Order: sequence, then C-alpha cells, then structure tokens
Amino acid sequence: MDITDEILIDLYKRMVRVRLFEEEAGRLAESARLPGFLHLYVGEEAVAAGVCAALKNEDQITSTHRGHGHLLAKGGDFNRMMAELMGKATGYCNGKGGSMHICDLDLAMLGANGIVGAGVPIAVGAAFANRLTGNGLISVSFFGDGATNIGAFHEAANMAAALSLPMLFICENNEYAEYSPRHRTMAITDVIERAAAYGFPGAIVDGMDCVAVFEAASLAIEKIRSGEGPMMLECKTYRFYDHVGVKGTASNYRTDEEVEEMKKRDPLLVHEARLIESGVMSADSLQAIKDEIQKEVDKSVEFAEESPFPEVEEMLLDVYSKREPS
Amino acid sequence: MSPDNIFEGANESGGTEEKDGERKLGYGAAVVETMAQIMREDESVFIAGEDVGAHGGVFGYYRGLQPEFGEDRVVDTPIAEQAIIGLGIGAAVQGLRPVVDLMFMDFICVAMDQIVNQAAKLKYMFGGGAKLPLTITTAGGGGLSAAAQHSQSLEAMLCHVPGLKVVMPSDAYEVKGLLTACIREDNPTVFIINKRKLGDACHVPEELFEIPLGKGHIVREGSDATVVAIGRMVEEATKAAETLSDEGIDCELINPRTVQPLDIDLIVESVSKTGHLVIVHEAVRFGGIGAEIAAQIQEKAFDYLDAPIERVAAPFSPVPFSPVLEKKYIPDAERISAGIKNLF
Repeated sequence: MDITDEILIDLYKRMVRVRLFEEEAGRLAESARLPGFLHLYVGEEAVAAGVCAALKNEDQITSTHRGHGHLLAKGGDFNRMMAELMGKATGYCNGKGGSMHICDLDLAMLGANGIVGAGVPIAVGAAFANRLTGNGLISVSFFGDGATNIGAFHEAANMAAALSLPMLFICENNEYAEYSPRHRTMAITDVIERAAAYGFPGAIVDGMDCVAVFEAASLAIEKIRSGEGPMMLECKTYRFYDHVGVKGTASNYRTDEEVEEMKKRDPLLVHEARLIESGVMSADSLQAIKDEIQKEVDKSVEFAEESPFPEVEEMLLDVYSKREPS
Repeated sequence: MSPDNIFEGANESGGTEEKDGERKLGYGAAVVETMAQIMREDESVFIAGEDVGAHGGVFGYYRGLQPEFGEDRVVDTPIAEQAIIGLGIGAAVQGLRPVVDLMFMDFICVAMDQIVNQAAKLKYMFGGGAKLPLTITTAGGGGLSAAAQHSQSLEAMLCHVPGLKVVMPSDAYEVKGLLTACIREDNPTVFIINKRKLGDACHVPEELFEIPLGKGHIVREGSDATVVAIGRMVEEATKAAETLSDEGIDCELINPRTVQPLDIDLIVESVSKTGHLVIVHEAVRFGGIGAEIAAQIQEKAFDYLDAPIERVAAPFSPVPFSPVLEKKYIPDAERISAGIKNLF
C-alpha cells in the first residue's frame, strides 16, 4: 500500500493531538480541576489515529469509556472537549455528559459510552441505516478486549454478520479489563479468534504502530464498503496510565517493568523515528507540530476555565425532544 | 386463530368488518394496518425484531408487511434483544424512524442497558443534539397461562426512567392513534401491546390519525367515584362501572392511554368532582403506577378526597401459570367493583 508523506504527517498530528490533550487532562485531574472520572487514552493513540485517518468524515464511530482519543482523532474540537470535561455549558454536551459521554454528531461520532460494550450494538444500527439508505458509509465500533466478554458484543457481532452489515469492529486489546489481566478473563490469547465464530474475517494488527493500523483499516474498509460484510481488527496496544485517573506505575495489577517495556514502543516515538529516518520530517519540525498543538491545548484550558457552568434551569432541558411542527 | 400462531389461547389478530355501516378492526390487525400505512408514507420507517418478517410476529401483528415492504424494511433479526434495541438506536440517530419489536415485554429485561442507559439518555447526555425517534413494540400482560416470564406488566419500571415514553393502548382505536403518534415522535417510546386484546375489534377509522401522547381520555363520565384504569383494565373497569351504575354508584372512568407522560391533570380534575379514587392496573400493586398516581393525588387534590385512595392490582408474586391461580391474580370487573365499593 502506498502511504504518502501527507498521510504519515496526518497520522502523526492526529496522535499528537490525542497525546497532548490527554496529558493535559491528566494534569488537570491530578490537581482536582476536573470533576468525575477520567479514562486516559495515552499509549493507544495509534489505533484511533490509524482507523480514523482511513475513514470518511461521515462514517460513524461508536466509542468507549476511554473515548477522548476517538473523538480527537476524528477531528474533535479541543475547546468543546475540555469544556465538557470541566462540566461547562460550552462543552460538547453542554456540561451534561462529561468525559464518558463526549460526542460530536457532526463528526459522526455517536458517543463515548459509560457502559462497557454498549456502543457496539449502536454501531450495528448505524451500519444498518447506511445499508438501508444506500449512502455508501460504514460504521466502526471501538471496544476493548474486556468488552468482548460482554453479551452486547456477542449479540452485535452476530447480528452484524447475520445481516451482512457494513461495519468494522476495532478491538483495542490493551491486555487489561480495568485491573484484571486478559489471561484471567478469557481463555484465549488473541481476541481475534472470536471473529471466526461469527463468520467474518479478522486480523491482528500492531496497535502501537499507526501506519500498520492505517494500512489494515484501509484494506478492511475498502472491502466493507464494497459490500463484503463486517470485519474485525484486533489492535494489540497498551494503556500507559491506569484504568481511571493517571498514575500507571507502582500498581498491584501489573509490573513497572512491563509498563517501561511497553513505553519503549510508544506509538509516538515509533512514528517519530520513522518520519525522521525516512526524511519526511526533521526533529525540529516534529517539535514545531507539538508546540503548535500544545498551544491549542493550553487555549482550550483557558477557554474551558473561563466558560460558564450551565444554568441550573438547564438540568431539565433535553430530557425529551419536542415535536417540530409538521 | 391463525394455524401457525404458537400461543394457544391468544386471540387472532382480527380482520376488518363492516357492521351497521361502522368499520370495525381488530386490535392486532390495527397494528398491521397502521404500520403498513405509515411505511407507505414514510420511507424512513422500518421494523426489526425476532420473527417479525417471514412469520409476521409470533402474535401475527406484523403479518403481511414483509411481502409488501421487503426484507430490507421488515427485518428478521437473531434472538438478541440488546442488539435489536441497539440496532434501533443507531438507526434512529442516523435519522431513520425504527420500530423494533421485543416480542414479550418480559424480554425487555434482557435489553435493559440499551433501553435505560442508552436510548433513554442519549439525547440528554449529548447535550440535546441527538434525536431518537425509536418505537419499541412489545406484548405485555397476562391471561394466557404463559407463566411468570411471558405475562408481566413492567410499565412502572420503564416509567421511572427519564427519557422514555410508555404507551398502553386499551383498544384497536388507540392502537392506531397512539402507534402513529409514537412513530412520529422524536423520543424513544415503549408501545405495550396487550396480548389478551389482540382479537378484540372496535371502530377504527381507515385513514391514519394520531392520539397525542400524554393526554388521557374520559371513557365514561360519572359523579361518585373516579376510576383510573390502565391498558386492558379499561375493559374490566367499564364492566364494573356498568354493574355499579345499576347499584346506584356513578363512576367516572379515566383511561390515561400513556403512563409516561401521565395526564395527572385530568385525574385531579375528576377527583375534585367525585372525591373518590380507585386505580386499577394489571401490574403488581407495590410500586406500580397506582402508587405514583395516589401520591400525586394526595399532593394535588388531598382536600377533595372523601376516602382513602383504593388500588386494585395484582398481588406481590410472579404471575402464576395455572389458569385457576392466574384468574385470581389478574384484576377483573368483580374485584374492581369490590374495590370501588370499599370507598363508600
């Protein structure tokens, strides 16, 4: 597959956007400037970047509790993201959803989700609508290894296969279901073995390498768009921080050695080395990209902090849609 | 009864008949007719669920739709209640108007996450940006010896969840008017089809019409006692009111039609006139809709009450299988009459 320099740079920018936003969100959480739970995507950026770069803007995605990365990689807005994390009226969900319900319907991002596995059936519905209306779009569901143990995943995978829907299943296997290692929660090593049981093809991808993910996703998406039915990619990846919050090391469920070993495969470092070695970008220009994006992140913190909280009266708004006059 | 209907004792869907110049239609047939008319006028409407296509639904209330609208719009799904609701949610967010069927209301429990945590909350969690024109049809109620997992009335559970609307048609006329309103509504609605009513016919206009959600109906005007009856209980309460009328108790019968939203104003107005209230439902008494109505009436019409509020409902046990037990379990006209008399 021919990967242009433009694509390589685009992948890098998508990952940096996620990384720098998430690091900032982590710092804010640690200094108690963010309410609620925070599930950071740091370490897994190659997956969201690789898949989203292969999608059309209108292709729908459903996400997980670790959903910031998916929205940002699809082009999400820092200001509205950060404001939502702070519960502000200017946020993506007017401060009524928070980190776990970040969404942007204009970007066809149908929501992060507080329930593990629950986004997968919703992506089936989007795929069904795509086929019924013949709009040529596909839907993608991101979910973790842990979600594949949940009934909703099984029902959705089987239904997508039975109805032969245009849907891509992206398993982000970070080896831990919250704090439980994969070997304690399933008796198989590779989640992808499950795809065969539903009757659709799948492949294992290096989820720490954005180019590998982009290539695999592009191939799969082309086939799915041409009507070959659903497919699944298992992206082997790793969560640098804990299930919730930041820390990541000195934990009782994985060793620091393991974390350090995986950090050597940091998807940003892997890709930076590639860009420099292949002469696509210099170290200086990579730093310039990071500086530019960091400025945007800083501005988003300012924007969010200066934004008002929702008025108390807004609590009761939008429980129901009002009927539009016909 | 159609030969392939697997449920002994269920009435057939009932066809149309002209009698005395008035067009009559069966309760189940009203579902089919409404769906067909709506699907003809609105291409964004489709149906998905277990056996809704080739088989026309286990109760037959989707029969004949797949031959007309095809497999793409009348979709047989795997037995997968969570994914059925998810399919509806994802398609609704994309702008379609899905009708998804859960066969038996009891199966709603299998799909509770998708209904309660997803469908009901998406609009709110997304800050208002999403519309969710999703109709969930499901067959509720007992009386067919279908036992504890195929006979429940779980509307109160659903009414407790902000974001859902819960609709309980008591006859074929309401089936047509309320189902039309549900499908044209931009919110998730649960449309509860009473399986004992499937073959009962009444006058139903041929053309599509809407009954607004959240508006109750005065079935019978009266001055002595207000009787609020829900779903199939409207029929039983009507019989009770007729009997008591002969005995000199004049009942006003209210059918809320939708239990979420609930037309409490109509009930308040009636109680202000009669001073007496009896609430009748097929669901168990504890924590049922009757409890909510009673609480609101004591908040809003306490001074008008001449007697404690009476509830006629199922006892606190699973629905029993044996016909002898089930007959005692579900309220009927006799028990409703006794309940009303308790007030005096």
